Amino acid sequence: MTATANLPAKSLEVGTPRRSPRHFILLGGLILALLALVAIAAPLIAPHDPESVDVHRVLGAPDLQHPFGSDVLGRDVASRVIYGLRASLLVSVSAVLASLILAVPLGLLAGYFGRWVDSTISRTLDLILVFPAMLLAVTFIAILGPGSVIAALAIAVIYLPILARVMRTSTLIVARNDYVAGSRARGASHLRVLVTHVAPNAFGPAIVQASVLSAFALQLEAGLSFLGLGTQPPTPSLGGMLADGREVLIQAPWVEIFPGLVIVVAVLGFTFLGEGLRRIFDPRGVGE
Amino acid sequence: MSVILSLDNVGVRFNTAGAAQPAPAVDGVSLQVHRGEIFGIVGESGSGKSTLANAVMDLLPANAAVSGSIRINDREVVGLDDEALRSMRGDEVSMIFQDPTASLDPTWPVGDQIAETIRAHYPVTARQAKARAIALMGEVGIADAAARYGDVPHRFSGGQRQRIVIAAALANNPQLLVADEPTTALDVTIQAQVLQLIDKLRRDHGTTVLLITHDLGVVSMICDRVGVMYGGKLLETATTEALFANPAHPYTRALFAANPAGAPRGARLPVIPAEWSVESLREAELLRAAIGAANG
Amino acid sequence: MSRQLGFILRRLLLTIPMLFVMSVVVFLIIRLVPGDPVRTMLGFRATDANVAELRHRLGLDQSLLDQYLGWAGALLRGDLGKDIVSHAPLAQLLAQRLPVTFELTGLSMLLAVLVGVPLGVRAATGGRWIKRLTEAFVIFGISVPDFWLGIMLVLIFAGTLVILPPSGYVPFATDPVGNLRYMVLPVLTLATGEAAYILRTTRGAVGSVMNRPFITFLRAKGIGTRRIIFGHALRNAGPSIVTVIGIQVGVLLGGAIIIETMFALPGVGRLVVTGINQRNYPTVQVGILAIATIFIVVSLITDLVVAWLDPRVADGGGT
Repeated sequence: MTATANLPAKSLEVGTPRRSPRHFILLGGLILALLALVAIAAPLIAPHDPESVDVHRVLGAPDLQHPFGSDVLGRDVASRVIYGLRASLLVSVSAVLASLILAVPLGLLAGYFGRWVDSTISRTLDLILVFPAMLLAVTFIAILGPGSVIAALAIAVIYLPILARVMRTSTLIVARNDYVAGSRARGASHLRVLVTHVAPNAFGPAIVQASVLSAFALQLEAGLSFLGLGTQPPTPSLGGMLADGREVLIQAPWVEIFPGLVIVVAVLGFTFLGEGLRRIFDPRGVGE
Repeated sequence: MSVILSLDNVGVRFNTAGAAQPAPAVDGVSLQVHRGEIFGIVGESGSGKSTLANAVMDLLPANAAVSGSIRINDREVVGLDDEALRSMRGDEVSMIFQDPTASLDPTWPVGDQIAETIRAHYPVTARQAKARAIALMGEVGIADAAARYGDVPHRFSGGQRQRIVIAAALANNPQLLVADEPTTALDVTIQAQVLQLIDKLRRDHGTTVLLITHDLGVVSMICDRVGVMYGGKLLETATTEALFANPAHPYTRALFAANPAGAPRGARLPVIPAEWSVESLREAELLRAAIGAANG
Repeated sequence: MSRQLGFILRRLLLTIPMLFVMSVVVFLIIRLVPGDPVRTMLGFRATDANVAELRHRLGLDQSLLDQYLGWAGALLRGDLGKDIVSHAPLAQLLAQRLPVTFELTGLSMLLAVLVGVPLGVRAATGGRWIKRLTEAFVIFGISVPDFWLGIMLVLIFAGTLVILPPSGYVPFATDPVGNLRYMVLPVLTLATGEAAYILRTTRGAVGSVMNRPFITFLRAKGIGTRRIIFGHALRNAGPSIVTVIGIQVGVLLGGAIIIETMFALPGVGRLVVTGINQRNYPTVQVGILAIATIFIVVSLITDLVVAWLDPRVADGGGT
C-alpha cells in the first residue's frame, strides 16, 4: 500500500459530510490571486503616488477621487494600501519560502537518516522554540536593527523549526514504505532515493504548513511594522499605516479600517488555501 | 417462570446520509428472556446481535431508528424519555462491553468509577459508596481492594479491568445484565475466569444475563438458552442442550460445521459470505462443502 | 508516587538548559550588534572617553566568557544593571513594569479560558446552531490580527459610544476602577484570538473523548449527561486543553508587546520596543530576559499540570 495512492480518498472519509477541499482551495486561491495581481500591478492600478503629500487633503474623507480617503499627510490611502499590500506580501511570502527552502533538506535528512543526524538537527532547531515567536522576532530586530529584510529574516528563522519538524515527520512515514527499501536494494544511492522517491512523496504536508504559516507571517509582519520595527517609512506597509493612523483614529477611521481589512482578507485567503490543501495532501494531520 | 425481557418484532435501521432506504441491521426479532437465566445470542460479526443488545439499553447512536416493542419488567423501553432511561440504566438493567480497557475512564480511579454508579441512583454518602465499591471489588476478585481503590485503570491487567467493569455494572444489583462479547478482548485463560465470575454472580444475586457472543464455546459453557442470529434476523431459539444436540436451522448446522468440537474456545468463526441469502443456505450440503474447501 | 516525583525532577532539570540557552541569546544581543554597539548607543556626538567609559561599565572590554560569567553572576544576585538613558536601576524599572504585563496577560488568559472552554464544550456536544456560531467565532478570532481588532474596539467603544478610554493606564493600587476601565479594551483585544484557539482545542478534544467507548459505558451505568460531559469528557480533554493554553501564553506575551504599545500601557513589552528605538540595549536585554523567563516557567508549569491531569504521562506513556 503506497502512501500516495490512497491519500485523496482518505481525506474525505472521516466525519460528517464536509465541504469539499476544492471549495477551500478555490476560495483561498481566488482571494490570493486577486491580491497578488493587485500587488504586482501596483504601479498601474494605484490612482495616486502613495508617497506624494498634499496639505489640502489632510485626513480627507473618502470620495470618488480618493475612495479610501487620505491620511495625516494628505496621502491617498487607497494607493498606500495597494503599495502596502505589495510590501507586506513580499516580506511574508519570501520569508516563508526562505524558511521552506532551508527546512525541506533539514527535515529530509533528519527523517531519512535518523539517529545522530536527526537528534543533532532536531535539538538545534528546538532551541529556537525556547522563545515565543513575536519575542524572537523582536530580539532579532534588537540585534540587527529594524527593516523589512531583517523582519523577513526573523520570520524565516521563527518558522524553520516548525516546517522542518513537519518535513521530518512526513519523511519518516514515507521512508517506511517498501519502495524506498526496494530502491536501495537495487543499488540506488541515498541521494538518489531521497530526491526521486522520498522528497516528492513527503513534500505535501510541508506545503500545507507553509500556506498556513503564510497567514501568520502576514500578521507578524504587520505587527512588526506597526511597532516601527518592520518595513520603514516612507515606504508604505499595512502595519505601518495602522501605526500612523492610530492618533487620528476617531476623527478619520478610514485611515485605519482599510489597511486592516486588507490584512484580514489576505489572512483568510492563506487560511482557506491551507485548509483545502491540508484535506488533500495531509489527511493524516502530520502538520497539526 | 416470569419474563423479564420481552422483544416483539424489533427492527433497527441506521439512517445514513447516502442511502435512501438502508437495509435493516435488526429485522423482526421477537424473543422472551426469563428471570434468572443466561440467554445467549450467537452469530457472526454483522449479524446484528450487538445492535440488538444496544437497542435493549437504548444506547444506539442518534441516527438509529428502532421499531417494534422492547419491554423490561413490562415497561416499554422504546420511546421512553431520557431521565426515565437514565434512572433505569445502571440500576434495573446494566451492560458490559467487549473491551474493558476502552470501557473505563483512563483518568479516574477505578473505585470511583464503581462508586459513581451507586451515587447516580441512590442518595448515599461518598463514604458509604466507597465502602460498597471496595466490597464489590473484593467480590469480583480484586485482591487488596481497599488499597487499589485509588489506582487508575492502566495499572490493572486486562482481566482485572473486566472484573472492575463488571463490579461497576453490577454495583446496584441490576435484575438484567446485557453482556456484549464480554470475553472477546481477553486472553483465552482469562476468558474462562470471567465467564465463571458472571455465572457465580448470577447464582449469588439472581441476575438475568443476556449474553452476546460469536463463540459457541462460550455458549456451551454458561448459557441456558440460545438464539441464533444471521443477517439481522433471529433464526431459531432453543435450550443450549437442544441446540447442540439437534440444530434445526441449516445455518446453525453450518455454524457447528465451521466450529468443530475440537476447535479451541475463543477461535473466531469463519465468516459466511453475506451475499448468500438465508434461503440459499438451505442447501446445507453445499455450504458444508464450501466451508470444507475454505478450511482445507 | 515516586515515578511522579522522578518526572517532576526530570522536567525541572530540563528547564536549566533552556534558561541557559535563553540567557546566552540575550547576553549576545548587545555583542552581535553590527559595528560598535557603544557608539551606536551613545550617538555620533560621544567622545572617545565617553565610549570607553560605557564600554568598561558594560564589561565589553573583557573576554566573551568573562563577560558572560560576570553578567550571569550579577543577574543571579539580582543586579540587572542600569538603564543608560534614565540611569535608573533596571531591577526597579522591571518591578514597575512587570505587574502591568502580568495584569494584561493574566486577565486576557482568564477571559479567554472562561469563554473558550465552556463554548468549546457546547460546540462539541450541542446542536447545529451552536456549532455554526462557534465556528464563525473561531474563524473570526484566528483571522483578525489582534492589533486591528484593538483599533476597531477603540473606534466603537472610545470613538462612537465614548464609554471607555482609548488608551492610558493608572495603577490598580491608585484607582482600581480606573485601572480596570483602562484594561477592558486591551484585554478584550488580546483575549478574542486566544479564546478562539482555546475554543477550537476544547471542541476537538471533548468531541473526540465523547466518541470513546467509555462514554457509552458511563451511559449504560445511568450517569447523567452533564456529569458525563463535565466530570469525564472535560477531565479527559484537560491535558490537551492545558497544553494549548501553555503554548498560547507565548502567543499572548508576544501579542502583549504590540498591545501595550498600542494602548500606551507601561508594561515590559513597551519597555522593549522603546528600548530598541532608543538603542538602549541593557534595557532591551532585561525586558526580553523577563518575558522569555516567564514563558519558560509557564511551559514548565504546563507540563507539570498535564502530568498531574494524565497519570499516564508521568508513568512513561500509554497503556
